[in-house]
Amino acid sequence: MWNLLQIELFKISKRPRTYIAFAAIFAIVAIFQFAFKADGQSYMDLVLQSVKDSFELDKSKAINGYFMCYIILNTLLIQVPILVALIAADSISGEANMGTLRLLISKPISRTQLILVKFAAATIFTIFLLLWMAITALFMSLLVFGADDMLIFRVKGEESQIMQITKDDIMWRYFAAFGYATVALTVIAALSLFLSIFAENSIGPIIATVCIVIVCTIISNISVPIIDRNVKPFLFTSYLVGWKGFFYIATNADGVPIKGSLENWPAIRKSLFILIGHIVVIVWASVAVFNRKDILS
Amino acid sequence: MASIISVSHLSKQFGNIQAVNDLSFTVNEGDVYGFLGQNGAGKSTTIRMLLTLIAPTAGAINIFDKKLSTHRSEILSNIGAVIEKPDLYKYLNAYDNLSIFARMSGIKVTRQLLMNQLQMVGLADRAKDKVKTFSQGMKQRLGIAVALVHNPALIILDEPTNGLDPQGIADIRNLIMRLSKEMGKTVLISSHLLSEIEVIANRMIIIHKGKKIIEGNVAELLDPSHTVIDIDAVDNEAATEKLATSSWAAYLQPGKSLQLMMNKESVPQLINDLVAMNIQLLSVNSSHSLENYFLSLTTNNGHVEPFTN
Repeated sequence: MWNLLQIELFKISKRPRTYIAFAAIFAIVAIFQFAFKADGQSYMDLVLQSVKDSFELDKSKAINGYFMCYIILNTLLIQVPILVALIAADSISGEANMGTLRLLISKPISRTQLILVKFAAATIFTIFLLLWMAITALFMSLLVFGADDMLIFRVKGEESQIMQITKDDIMWRYFAAFGYATVALTVIAALSLFLSIFAENSIGPIIATVCIVIVCTIISNISVPIIDRNVKPFLFTSYLVGWKGFFYIATNADGVPIKGSLENWPAIRKSLFILIGHIVVIVWASVAVFNRKDILS
Repeated sequence: MASIISVSHLSKQFGNIQAVNDLSFTVNEGDVYGFLGQNGAGKSTTIRMLLTLIAPTAGAINIFDKKLSTHRSEILSNIGAVIEKPDLYKYLNAYDNLSIFARMSGIKVTRQLLMNQLQMVGLADRAKDKVKTFSQGMKQRLGIAVALVHNPALIILDEPTNGLDPQGIADIRNLIMRLSKEMGKTVLISSHLLSEIEVIANRMIIIHKGKKIIEGNVAELLDPSHTVIDIDAVDNEAATEKLATSSWAAYLQPGKSLQLMMNKESVPQLINDLVAMNIQLLSVNSSHSLENYFLSLTTNNGHVEPFTN
């Protein structure tokens, strides 16, 4: 398996399209950083307008590396599934398109091994993508904007909240958030891989993945009780932004944030289990379908 | 002689289409076995079933005396194949392509091994060039290097000369002959050209619409005593009358006025006699009865008479 995984990673590393995702992330992060460096105060004025009378803030310190990373993650984690699909959706369909799939299948490796290796390679690509995001969005932002306490703006029910996390309580939250995002995006990778089994070029599975993510995201955001109860709990998109839970800090009886705490760890843990459940089911389905498939490409 | 491939009552159905229909054949050790049929006859489907790309609807496949369905990995590790086009990773160079498939075959890969293999197919000097810059012939040769790199006992080549120029075709033929004669490999080669199989194979099968038409030794099936002579004369009617009253009358094919079947060695004598009989000839064409029969498969709207010499 290790030998096959090495081969798979070698092939991914040699494809130009692999680097499109990394370049896209770098470009978006750089644009964000440039814009906030140039005119971040206007953004803060706008965001803080509603709470300026009830909250004492040093706005000059509000825009810092940690805050920037949070803003960028909020934006990028919506687009990153597309970048993950770019590679994962090519896993089987790309081989079928090139004609190499029949050569792979005629080698003494099982189809189950092939699917598991493809999935592992797509997962590793996802991890690298998020590491790159961490380097550019977090560490580069810290270099450019410096480190300070972080403000989190949150809408809870009908009220807006601002939470402040001290700078010595942030880094672990980012590591945890990136870890969660890796699991969430691995669901997308598994879904793309599954769809790629049915196609002979990667365009179809990429588009299908994006459509499924969009449709499920829309459904996840519809606030109708019947959907809330019967549909949303089963949609992976309902849990994609669960990483934010690591930045929601618990407070004591006086409303003072407790350092190192999480407001709702059981909810995060449940979301993680559901996402992992999705991965297991989708990969199992991929193995089952691929093992029965006639290779006609 | 040990059988390497033994196919028994193999069938494959795609929806309403019966691609392979109750096909049985045997490939023996050391054979260059020609798998002949028109396009769409079921050759590629059968080869794909031998390589586990497609699951049979019915029937059994044994390779190296083992059941393919239960000893898949063991069997495939000893088979090298080029299936239809030799498609490889175009964005990788020849060396990397060869290295990848060698490693997937489960062998210990060394630079020396890979370079020797590329040398054998004449691509050593292009080892570091990307496959996308290769001609069809070069891709075909690299595909064969990939098929041979793990030193398999059985080599399966699906239409290996498709799209090649005459020199490329000759190179592939020579390579197959070397594999068989010098290295003792068993080769199964499919083609839609009888002339190609005739040159390289010692045994062959003809299939049509998924069914076996005939199987046997090439030398016996293409026995020169079954050469068909087609004559075209200025006055065909007069020529037919003269032939019917000559010593060649016994060789005339029933229902075909100017067609004879005879030993190929008698053809010069026939031409001398035709000239002596004052028959003004436009052309005299010789072909084998099996070749004629094979060609007729494409023109008889699916109705297939059994082949008889």
